[in-house]
Amino acid sequence: MTVAPTPATTAELSYVYAVGPRVPELERAAPRLTGLLDRPVHTVESGGLAAVVSSVPEAEFGEEGFKAQLEDLGRLEVIARTHHGVVDALFRAVTVLPLRLATVYRDDARVAAMLDESGREFTALLERLAGHLECGVKVYALPPGPRSAPSAPARPAARGADGGGTNPGRAYLQRRKAQRTRHEDAAREAAETAARVREVAAAHAVDRVAHRPQQGELATGEGRNITNEAYLVPKGATGAFAAAVREAARDLPGVRVEVTGPWAPYSFAAPPAPRAQDGGRRGR
Amino acid sequence: MSDSLAGRMGPSTGVSPYAARDGGSSANLADILERVLDKGVVIAGDIQINLLDIELLTIKLRLLVASVDKAKEMGIDWWEHDPSLSSHARRPAVQAGTPRGRDSLAEENARLREELERLREAAGLPAADREEDTR
Repeated sequence: MTVAPTPATTAELSYVYAVGPRVPELERAAPRLTGLLDRPVHTVESGGLAAVVSSVPEAEFGEEGFKAQLEDLGRLEVIARTHHGVVDALFRAVTVLPLRLATVYRDDARVAAMLDESGREFTALLERLAGHLECGVKVYALPPGPRSAPSAPARPAARGADGGGTNPGRAYLQRRKAQRTRHEDAAREAAETAARVREVAAAHAVDRVAHRPQQGELATGEGRNITNEAYLVPKGATGAFAAAVREAARDLPGVRVEVTGPWAPYSFAAPPAPRAQDGGRRGR
Repeated sequence: MSDSLAGRMGPSTGVSPYAARDGGSSANLADILERVLDKGVVIAGDIQINLLDIELLTIKLRLLVASVDKAKEMGIDWWEHDPSLSSHARRPAVQAGTPRGRDSLAEENARLREELERLREAAGLPAADREEDTR
């Protein structure tokens, strides 16, 4: 573009958190928030839209600096939580479109130009999402061990032999098989529950998006996450949504259901078409 | 104040638009990351950050490696004794003195089982598990 490279060290960039309607609620909420590096947040307005922005130093938030920060899980967490904190506070005041992490412009004038360019798409999205919230629903399969332990040892015995004594090799295979069967049973039960939960949740929602199940270090919930979905729910219906989902999963063995939210409608903020084809189309 | 704060911070105690804080600053990092990295409006800024690369390196890799430990915590560790899945399950088990001889026995059984499976497969027989499924 026409942007000339500037000597890096002291330059400031504009980091954009969200785009919303240019309304007093947003104009009032934004200046009260704290952005990255504890800097103040402001709005950049154009037409009927307002972008929520804070200035960041190019040394840390230019291409190289930003990449380095995002490779560090500790720094990434701070940035992600700050980004989310701003979005979350805004959407409690008014429906906003959360932008993906790391949307950075040279300056506020470039942000205003972006609002002009994509204004129609933003407005259409805001209209669609207004009055709606996102709720997350995660179904976890609990470890089958303790629950089915009493019945498991009985299985080899049913073959007439005491598992361990006469044939250790056979006992080993049976132990493994019993273990595998238990896991398969648990997985099947959990999948059935997940389907039931999905049906109930969908009845209270206007849209649904599947996320990857969470696993590993950051997946803190007990059990194995088998489904991880987001639902777009009308504002007044979130209580009923959560209650219905929990009711659908109540007293079911082997699973745990977690309802999160409400979230800003991250999962339903599809990219404005013309400029986002490179990165925006890899939805599921 | 403290009670209203507790109500706001409490996990999953009813989702009302402005009270529940699950989606707020106390939300679980994985939930936040999957939204801010993977969702949200994508527009081309002036600074090009390829989040796909970042995500691959920082998140996916660490999660993948970590999930093995998670599985072990849950008692799913059979691959450790399965020579066909774990290259180091074979030798160390034999060399390491084998407490109570269990490891070497298991190792030998596993090898026999593996051979049996191969033979079954070659003979077009169903896998070993099937016969016992009817209990």
